[in-house]
Amino acid sequence: MSLFRKVALAVAALAVLVLTGCSEQAYNMREGVTEISKEVYELHMIAIWVCVVIGVLTFGAMFYSMFAHRKSKNPIPAKFSHSTTVEIIWTVIPFIILIALAVPAVSLLIKMEDSSDSDMTVMVKGWQWKWEYKYIDGDNDPSNDVSFFSNLDEQSLKTRDNSGKNFSGTPIDYENYLLEVDNPLVIPVGQKVRFLVTAEDVIHSFWVPDFSVKKDAIPGFVNEVWTKVDEPGIYRGVCAELCGKDHGFMPIVVHVLEQAEYDAWMASKVEEAKSGPDLNERTMAQLMTEGEAAYNKYCAACHMPNGQGNGPFPSLVGSPIIEGDIKKHIDVVVNGVSGTAMQPFGQQLTEAEIAAIVTYERNAWGNDKGDKAQPQDIYDFKNAGKEE
Amino acid sequence: MGDHKPTGISRWLFTTNHKDIGTMYLVFSFIMFLIGGAMAMVIRAELFQPGLQFVEPNFFNQMTTLHGLIMVFGAVMPATVGLANWLIPMMIGAPDMALPRMNNWSFWILPAAFILLLSSLFMEGGAPNFGWTFYAPLSTTYGPPSTDFFIFGVHLMGISSIMGAINVIVTVFNMRAPGMTLMKMPLFVWTWLITAFLLVMVMPVLAGAVTMMLTDRHFGTSFFDAAGGGDPVMFQHIFWFFGHPEVYIMILPAFGIASAIIPTFARKKLFGYSSMVYATASIAFLSFIVWAHHMFTVGMPVKGELFFMIATMLIAVPTGVKVFNWVATMWQGSITYETPMLYAIAFVILFTIGGFSGVMLALTPVDWQYHDTYFVVAHFHYVLFPGAIFGTMAAVYYWMPKWTGRMYDEKLAKVHFWLSIVFVNLTFFPMHFSGLAGMQRRVPDYNIMFSDFNMWSSIGAFGLGLTQFLFLWILVKTCMLKKGEKATDQVWEGAEGLEFNQLPSPAPYHSFSTPPKVD
Repeated sequence: MSLFRKVALAVAALAVLVLTGCSEQAYNMREGVTEISKEVYELHMIAIWVCVVIGVLTFGAMFYSMFAHRKSKNPIPAKFSHSTTVEIIWTVIPFIILIALAVPAVSLLIKMEDSSDSDMTVMVKGWQWKWEYKYIDGDNDPSNDVSFFSNLDEQSLKTRDNSGKNFSGTPIDYENYLLEVDNPLVIPVGQKVRFLVTAEDVIHSFWVPDFSVKKDAIPGFVNEVWTKVDEPGIYRGVCAELCGKDHGFMPIVVHVLEQAEYDAWMASKVEEAKSGPDLNERTMAQLMTEGEAAYNKYCAACHMPNGQGNGPFPSLVGSPIIEGDIKKHIDVVVNGVSGTAMQPFGQQLTEAEIAAIVTYERNAWGNDKGDKAQPQDIYDFKNAGKEE
Repeated sequence: MGDHKPTGISRWLFTTNHKDIGTMYLVFSFIMFLIGGAMAMVIRAELFQPGLQFVEPNFFNQMTTLHGLIMVFGAVMPATVGLANWLIPMMIGAPDMALPRMNNWSFWILPAAFILLLSSLFMEGGAPNFGWTFYAPLSTTYGPPSTDFFIFGVHLMGISSIMGAINVIVTVFNMRAPGMTLMKMPLFVWTWLITAFLLVMVMPVLAGAVTMMLTDRHFGTSFFDAAGGGDPVMFQHIFWFFGHPEVYIMILPAFGIASAIIPTFARKKLFGYSSMVYATASIAFLSFIVWAHHMFTVGMPVKGELFFMIATMLIAVPTGVKVFNWVATMWQGSITYETPMLYAIAFVILFTIGGFSGVMLALTPVDWQYHDTYFVVAHFHYVLFPGAIFGTMAAVYYWMPKWTGRMYDEKLAKVHFWLSIVFVNLTFFPMHFSGLAGMQRRVPDYNIMFSDFNMWSSIGAFGLGLTQFLFLWILVKTCMLKKGEKATDQVWEGAEGLEFNQLPSPAPYHSFSTPPKVD
C-alpha cells in the first residue's frame, strides 16, 4: 500500500505541474463568434459535465470499493452475483441521460444544416495545398464574379524551411505561424453567408473553429454550410482532412468586415478583375527575379527550392520537359498533368507569374536553355481556340 | 509420455499445436508493437517542438500511416488471436483448435503480409502516406507506387484474420466438453466468439474496398473517382462499414479478459454474467449501424446524421452495463492487487474515459468541432492503449504462470504497471486539450499555441516507449531464462475455470485429450 500511496502522490503532483504549466495556453473549445458556435460550445460543456458527474460517481464507487473491500479489510467476500433490479436501474438511467443530451443536439443540428435564405454565397474550393474563394452573386454574369487563391503566407513559408537558405526566425517568434495567408477570405458581418464547398484534387476539409463550421471539400461534390458572424475581426482555421504532403500548411483566414468596408473591398476587387491581366513585356533579368519568387511560393513545396524534386515529385534539372519545346513546358504548367499531383496552374496564377516561372525553370540550377516566355505568350496559349 | 513434436525451427514452421501457434502470434505482435512504437517515437520527436526538425512532411505522413496500420493489424489483432489460441481450447475443455492446419497457415501468412507492407518504406516514392484510413482519391489517383504492396498486404492480413475467426467459431461450436453449455462458457470465450463473427462479416468488406482501389489504380475503373462517375464518399462508407466493427474486434477480447481477472482478484463471482453476454452481443449488433459517425462532416443528409448520432449514443447503454457490472463484481469482494488486477482496474477506468469522449463525439453538432483534431486522437488512443493493449498485458501477466509454470517477477511487473499508467496518461491526456484548442490531426508542424501540450505528450510517449523494454525483460526473464518461483496449478487463490482447476502448471503440450467433466 505504501508504494501505491507514493505513486498516487507522484501522479497528483505531476498533474498539478502539467495544469499550471499549461495555464497560459488555450485548453478548451473556443466559444466562437456566431450564435451557432456559442450553442455548440454550451452543448460541449454540458456533455463534459455530464461525463464528469458520471465519472465521479462510477470511479468514486470503484475507488471506495478498492479501499474498503481490500482483502486486509474484508477477508470474507460477499456471495451475490446478480440483481435484476439494480441491472434495470443502471440500464434505464443512462438511457434517460442520453435522451436529455440528444434533445438539444437534434434541434441544434437541424439549425446548423439549414442554409436556406442566405444573403450571399461563396464557393470554397480546396486544392493541394491552398484554398480558392469565388464570390457568386447570382446574376449569371461570370465577369462579375470575384475569385482568388489563398496560400500560406511568405513568413510562415520561410520560417518552416529549415534548409538554412531562406531561414528567417523560428516558429516561436511568429505568433501566426502556419495560421496566416496571403489573400484572406473576406465576408461582411451580420450577413448569412452560404459556403459551397468542393475540391479540385483530393478531399480537404474547410474548418473555421470560431464559426463552428467544418465541411469536407470533396472532388465532384458540392457541400453546403453557412455562417452568420456577429463580431468583425480576423478568424483563423485550418484544413482538417489529410490531403497529402502539405496538409498542415494550408490555413484558412477570414476577415469579417463591417458592411461598408466590405462593400469598398468588393468594389476594389471587381475593379481589379475588370482591368485585365498585366501583359507588359519583361527583360530576362526581370523574369528571372520574379520567377524565383513565384517558384519558391508555388512550386518549391514539391519540386524543392533547388529544383531537384523529392520522392514522387520529379526533378526539373535537365528533365525532358525543360529540354523540350517551351510550348509543352507552358502546357504542363497551365493545364497540369492529369492523374498526377501536378495541378493546372492556369487559373490560379497570372500570365506574368507563369511566364516568369517557366523562364526561371529553364534557366536556373544549371539549366541553360536561354529561351524565355513573355506574359503575352501565356495569354495567347490560354486563349488559343477560344474565338472559334 | 512424449509430445511427438519436431525440434528446432521445424517445430515452429510446421506446428499445428494451438499453444505453439498462440506463442508465435504473441511474439509476432510484440515485435510489431515495437516497430509501430518506434514509428510513434519518430512522430512524437517531430512534434516535440513547433517547426520541422527531424523529418520532412511526406515521411511524417508515411510514419502516421504505417504506425496506424501496424498497430491495428500487426500488434492488437494478432495479440488477441494469440490469446484466443492459447486459451479457448483450455477454457472449453478441448484438446486443440478445430482446424489446426489452417491455424498454422493463418499465422504464417502474417509475416509475409507485413514484409510486403514494410518493404514499401524502401521503395521509390516512399511508403503509403495517406493515413491508415486510406481515403480515396488520395490513396488511388495520388497514392505512391508502393500502394499496390499495401493493397496486397491488407489482402493477406484479411485472409489470415478470416481463417483465424472461422477457426474460433468452429472450435467453440464443436469442441466444447460435455456439460459446457454456451451460457457456462467463460466470458473471454463469449467475447471472442462474437469478435470472430464480426471479423467474418467485415474483413471481406475491407478486401472489397482495397480491390476496388486496385482496379481504380490499374484497370481503368472509377469506383471512387468522381471524374469517371464514381464516388469518393462511397469509399468512406465501405471503409467505415468495416472500420467501426473493427474497433470492437480490437476491444471485445479485452472485455473478456477483464471479466476473467476482476472476479479472480475480488474473490467473488462475476456480477451479472448473462447481462455481460447480452451487452456484448448488443454492442456487436450496434457496431454495424453506426459507421457513418466517422463521417459527420462529409455532407450527409440531416436525417442520416440524426440516425447515426442516436444509434451511436445507444452504444453507451450496453457499455455502461459492462462497466457497472465490473464495479459491482469488486463491490464487497476481498480484493488483492497483483499486477493483472492493477492492469484490469486501469483498463476499466481509462477505457471508460475513452468512452466518455466517445459519447461527446457522438453528438453531431459538437463533432463538427472535434472531428479530425487531436481530441479524436486522444479518444481512440484511450480505448486502444489503456483499453486493448492494457487488456492484453493484463492477460499475459494473468495466464503466463499457467503457460510457463513460473511466476513472473511481481516487483518488476508492478514497476512496469506504474510507469505505464503514468506515461500513458501523460502522453494521451494532453491531446484532449490540444485538440479542443484547435490542433488538427496528421500534421508535422503546428503553431506555438499548441507547443506545451505537445511537449508533454512527447515526453510521455518517450517514457511509455522505453517502459515497454522493461516488459520485454520481464517476459524474457520468465519465459526464456526460466527465473521465478514455480506456479501452483491453481496459480491465483481465486482463479476459476478449467485451465486453472483441471490442468497442471505449465499446461501440458496436449491438454484435455479426454474431455473434462463440467457440471
